[in-house]
Amino acid sequence: MSAFAPWTTERAEAVVTQCASRPGPVLLTLQALQLEFGYVHPDAVPLVARSLNVSRAEVHGVLTYYHDLRTSPAPAHSVRICVAEACQSVGSRDLMHRAESELGVSVGERSSDTIDLEAVYCLGNCALGPAALVDGQLLGRLSPPQMSEVIAALRSETA
Amino acid sequence: MITVYVPGDSAARSVGADTIATHLVAGAAARGHDVRLVRNGSRGMLWLEPFVEVDVNGTRFGYGPVTSDDVDSLLDAGILEGAHHPLAHGTVDQIEWLARQQRVTFARVGVIDPLSVADYEAHGGLAGLRRALTLADEDVVAEVLASGLRGRGGAGFPAGIKWRTVLEAQSDQKYVCCNADEGDSGTFADRMLMEGDPFTLLEGMTIAGLSVGATQGYVYLRSEYPDAITRLNEAITIARTEGWLGNDVLGSGRVFDVEVREGAGSYVCGEETAMLESLEGRRGMVRPKPPVPALQGLFGKPTVINNVLTLASVPMVLADGASAYQSLGTGRSRGTQVFQLAGNIARGGIVETAFGVSLSELVNDFGAGTRSGRPVRAVQVGGPLGAYLRADALDVAMDYEALADAGAMLGHGGIVVFDDTVDMAQQARFAMEFCAVESCGKCTPCRIGSRRGVEVIDRVIAGVDREANLMLLDDLCTLMTDGSLCAMGGLTPLPVRSALRQWPEDFGGNS
Repeated sequence: MSAFAPWTTERAEAVVTQCASRPGPVLLTLQALQLEFGYVHPDAVPLVARSLNVSRAEVHGVLTYYHDLRTSPAPAHSVRICVAEACQSVGSRDLMHRAESELGVSVGERSSDTIDLEAVYCLGNCALGPAALVDGQLLGRLSPPQMSEVIAALRSETA
Repeated sequence: MITVYVPGDSAARSVGADTIATHLVAGAAARGHDVRLVRNGSRGMLWLEPFVEVDVNGTRFGYGPVTSDDVDSLLDAGILEGAHHPLAHGTVDQIEWLARQQRVTFARVGVIDPLSVADYEAHGGLAGLRRALTLADEDVVAEVLASGLRGRGGAGFPAGIKWRTVLEAQSDQKYVCCNADEGDSGTFADRMLMEGDPFTLLEGMTIAGLSVGATQGYVYLRSEYPDAITRLNEAITIARTEGWLGNDVLGSGRVFDVEVREGAGSYVCGEETAMLESLEGRRGMVRPKPPVPALQGLFGKPTVINNVLTLASVPMVLADGASAYQSLGTGRSRGTQVFQLAGNIARGGIVETAFGVSLSELVNDFGAGTRSGRPVRAVQVGGPLGAYLRADALDVAMDYEALADAGAMLGHGGIVVFDDTVDMAQQARFAMEFCAVESCGKCTPCRIGSRRGVEVIDRVIAGVDREANLMLLDDLCTLMTDGSLCAMGGLTPLPVRSALRQWPEDFGGNS
């Protein structure tokens, strides 16, 4: 995955300033911070609150509500497997089991070589399932052996 | 120069379209051919993706599904002259699966280069907006009302009534919000339209905005659709350059602009009031109605909220007139519906046809049964909050009212097929589990009820105090149905109860 900028208050302030004048800015500011740093640093909460003139509770509330926003640094790679109905009907449960055993983690966890395994509900590839989003790239018609190959490829990239 | 089409649609890309495109261009060059590559949208025949088309003197020949190993043999067979090959499907327009459809909203998807201004106009683009600009605002709204166009997001509310409410509301600022938070499993039409013909959506939003007096539009687009976000943003930039958006729409002196707002992974934000909260930057929690968004919507201002397909149908309504659109369909379901065949289905994809086609036709004729080749056991219609139907009960007409009578709902038109290996108790459990994960937390029956629902179903499956737990589950379903503010908690019992009623044997009961 692309290298994110290391968290610094100065850089964060610059990102927040760019967002502050847009209507309804809290969520999009947090998204912009995550895009810049790969995650939303806990120090961002008071900073965003002050800059946007909202309470820290408000910022914390938004930060903890949305599945996409994370408060710890981004993983080296992410594997997000669709577990919604259309993909279930063509074997997403087997695909998830394979990914779990390859990575040695349960869904929702991070492997020792920092690959995140996540469940996602629908990627809009419902006629070509089972589908997964691997480092932002959509894959379709995945079989468990292909999942093993995908994970091996991620590992060789990291190594 | 020969034009070759390889879809840039993310579904096609997910099965290797990018590699095919690269190999085709390189292979053609190596054979001394100069080809022009167009990354079109997908025709919606997703089982044939990657689906390559070659334009030979204005006739398009189709080949698919193509793997990168096939590229050399395709070129050697002479596909650049439209030659035959085992993967050939002949003239694309004559493929029966497509020819049987009535493509209205999807007329240009897969046909044109999605970001080509010339293609868009050559295929009827802007005709709707141009005509709207010659009419009084009330007449545009009246036309949409007369067309019978109903919201394609799921609720099926007449679009014209929303528009009229916003038009008549007095306010210094109004908005148009496009709901592109297509979270239902089994649905992908919004995505394909935004990737394959983004200008149509912008044109529809502009017509909406100008006619109701709004100057700003927002598209709330889910983050799970990165390609659609990129494509739509590119389209907006081009539309501004062309003067289709901005301070002087098509030289009319009128103002309308559009901004994409990215979602952050929350299913319930597809509910319109939760979407407004999220657009305002807050937690995506449902608001009570009234006030309706048409009167107090985004930032408290009158707001038109429509789904992608609703807004994308508007240009055709205006271009061809209300009566042309109204003449399609059945009963109170007018026009066409974009059905999406998904899940375990042999020929999945987009079927746009007039309302009234039967579910059996869609699943068995268009879909050709399951992909696995096993018998169909269950079909879920209308997304994760829709009922499951048995394979022997598919003889139901696909329109809002007929489906409601059958205890089901059309929703966003998604149809998910399961073969006979499906465990319906697990599907019922999943419905509750999904609700527990995605509940916004505002209503107790939804937030807590769904968690208890998972536990109760687990006890039923385990055979623990079965009768008592089934009664408890029924009570819980009633409570969630009656006591939830929005469809998330209110409709989750629909798939659960439909599974329980029709497949008791999967829950340890007698069939």
